[in-house]
Amino acid sequence: MRNRHIFILAAVLTVISVSLVTYKVRVLDYPLLPREQRQVWNIEAAISFDPGPAAVKATLKIPTLTPGFSVLDEYFISRGFGVSTRVTPAGREAEWAVRQASGPQTVYYRAVVYKDPQRIVEDTTPPFPPRPQLDEPSRIAMEGLIAEARRQSADVASFTVQLLRRINQGENDPYVSVFLDRRATPSERAELATMFLAGAQIPARVAHGIALRDKSGRVQTDVLLEVHDGVQWLYFDPVTTQQGLPPDFLIWWRGDERIANLEGGSGLEVTLAVQPNLFDAMMIAERRAKQLGSRSADFSLSTLPITTQTVYSVLLMIPVGALVIVLLRNFVGVKTFGTFMPVLIALAFRETRLLWGLVLFAVIVSLGLLIRFYLEKLRLLLVPRLTCVLTVVVLLMAAISVVSQKLDLQPALSIALFPMVIISMTIERMSIVWEERGASEAIQEGVGSLLVAALAYLVMGMAWLEHLVFVFPELLLLVIALSLLMGRYTGYRLLELRRFRALAREQQA
Amino acid sequence: MFSRYRSLAREGVLGLNRRNGDYTLRFNPRRLYPLVDDKLKTKRLALQAGIAVPELYGVIETQHDIRRLPEIVGSHPEFVLKPAHGSAGDGIVVIAGRSGSRYRAINGELFDLEELEYHLSNAISGQFSLGGVPDVVIVEALVRFSSLFEQVSYQGVPDIRVIVFRGIPVMAMVRLPTRASRGKANLHQGAVGAGIDMASGVTLDGVIGSEVVKHHPDTAHPIAGLEIPDWRTILDISARCYDITGLGYIGVDVVLDKHRGPLVLELNARPGLAIQIANRQGLLRRLRICEERANFDAPPAERVEFAQREFRHPVGAVVEPRSRAAS
Repeated sequence: MRNRHIFILAAVLTVISVSLVTYKVRVLDYPLLPREQRQVWNIEAAISFDPGPAAVKATLKIPTLTPGFSVLDEYFISRGFGVSTRVTPAGREAEWAVRQASGPQTVYYRAVVYKDPQRIVEDTTPPFPPRPQLDEPSRIAMEGLIAEARRQSADVASFTVQLLRRINQGENDPYVSVFLDRRATPSERAELATMFLAGAQIPARVAHGIALRDKSGRVQTDVLLEVHDGVQWLYFDPVTTQQGLPPDFLIWWRGDERIANLEGGSGLEVTLAVQPNLFDAMMIAERRAKQLGSRSADFSLSTLPITTQTVYSVLLMIPVGALVIVLLRNFVGVKTFGTFMPVLIALAFRETRLLWGLVLFAVIVSLGLLIRFYLEKLRLLLVPRLTCVLTVVVLLMAAISVVSQKLDLQPALSIALFPMVIISMTIERMSIVWEERGASEAIQEGVGSLLVAALAYLVMGMAWLEHLVFVFPELLLLVIALSLLMGRYTGYRLLELRRFRALAREQQA
Repeated sequence: MFSRYRSLAREGVLGLNRRNGDYTLRFNPRRLYPLVDDKLKTKRLALQAGIAVPELYGVIETQHDIRRLPEIVGSHPEFVLKPAHGSAGDGIVVIAGRSGSRYRAINGELFDLEELEYHLSNAISGQFSLGGVPDVVIVEALVRFSSLFEQVSYQGVPDIRVIVFRGIPVMAMVRLPTRASRGKANLHQGAVGAGIDMASGVTLDGVIGSEVVKHHPDTAHPIAGLEIPDWRTILDISARCYDITGLGYIGVDVVLDKHRGPLVLELNARPGLAIQIANRQGLLRRLRICEERANFDAPPAERVEFAQREFRHPVGAVVEPRSRAAS
């Protein structure tokens, strides 16, 4: 009955913890390993122009809906221009304006984008396009083309492929040659396709974008044809007629307009460049969480000041260390001084490193014990005696630090981080056990404590574990669940198997 | 390792985890702990219920009281200083006589008054209590132990530990001080533990640690076969200790005084498990027999009869708990 309660509680905690972690890993893409990096691309548009005598205004279309990619950061760089962004039906635009400028000018748009498979086109289903206004011969040609393409296709996708194939045949096709000449660019062909599709009452638009590769340098824009089949947007390469969005294709802007416009100047030139880069996975995950409106980033520990973060990355490991203690005490049966004293010692080991930590701890405790045995002779009251031991411990620590400084032993300096109050209490406890139960028991418990501390240190020192607990603090719910379950463990401890061996042997005989 | 585990489980050996989880946590309500953790309270409870305890000479409650020690002791040459909250015999000083102005401890060590006062001061500051809380020291009469044990103990006072489960004495042992235990009846300091047949009160072979010993290491006298006098009374007062405290799983420490018979020394709400080794039998097996067959509401005398009937050496097969048998 009581056990069921515990099982249910543990199960609920486990489910909460695991689902939160899964959400953060799967949806927000939080990294499971420390210092994980993600591929990002710095994209840049440089707009150069010669300003006229009066006010100049340059507009640039900037990435808005980018299926497959997300924008991490963007910057607008110029000298003396006022910058504003606005959202138009075709997408976002940036506008640089200045009342007066002299000499050639260049303004930059820079953005950092990263792959984001969850990002799909979120915009709504477009309305049916108006029929294109054409003169009589063109209209007849278009209708003939549509009729034929429709006959040879089954759905919107195959219809589009048919159209594109005919457009690509260009002047050889009797219908298309009415609209197109031989030198038509892919962009013009795609625009022509949108017109035909509009004639067939199918929403379509031209998407311009760049390919993000592993090489850095200038890039040319490519064109994709986007066709809406009533449910979703389909992508077609207007040249190869291949369907689907290429995985490395970043859609920059849509529509048949040019990427940039200039008012009040001349010689407009736009160059696009890409530079692949690596970026901390943690940062990307948090940006994404913010973009998705998830609360997890708001309540993440990485919103805290850096120094507080460092404290918490240590504090959050303490329950893990405590879990080690539970294992060693309740399942193995190791005796220690104080329940969680080994965890605190293990924390001190973080600074001193294991070997030095063990040596320093042994030295301090043994010297402290000597002093304590001497104080025993003086018959002091308990609290003054503890104060004496504590003071001696502090002095010993200082002395060791000073001596190691002279000897150039760097690690011994960090002895200052030893929990001296805990050490004083340990010395007191140890000396009492020594007196009352004998040296062997005292040394046994002392060694047990050190052993547990060393193990706790090793576990708490695992970088990936520390990262996991810091990024996913909900894992501590799992620690609670585990302790709940272990709290009802009523089986034997490992050392009890030895202790009661006489009772087991009799059974076999 | 697993076969050892299974073999212990088959034998019904009680492990520390199960003692804590299934017995002390379940049957010993935390609020009742002070009754046994404070030996002074235990003493008073026992006196009220008419259970014999070593005579109380006085209590030293403050550092100031320490000076009153000679006054409290008066003309008694022998006395025991016992921190009320001490655990596992820590801090107990047994004075067996005087030697001029000095006090002679039972192991022959001599203390002058100043040394005793220092010890008392430490005890009052809480050196021997759990968690170091300030304590008081009981000054009580030294038990003149029955001559029966003289051949099987070295200095110190042998005592009898009875585990009482919800009023039923389930297992008992006698703890015999040795030279190694410095005259203390404390198993983990090297005293001999010897199991006792619940039905007859006759001792079995002893153990030191987990090694079986047939003879006392210091006196070389055989340990098994001693018939403990007043056995029925010992069981009776142990069973009644449940009624006066309400704690369902306790260890009752009894000493046999030459003149006054069995006296309750103290109660323990977290009794150790070494008694199983001394009896060469698991406690769990007996606890399960109780859970299966006993009437816990019966008067003490009936419960004792139940124990003597069921736990005659050697005790029968392990009883599976009902819940598990049903599933």
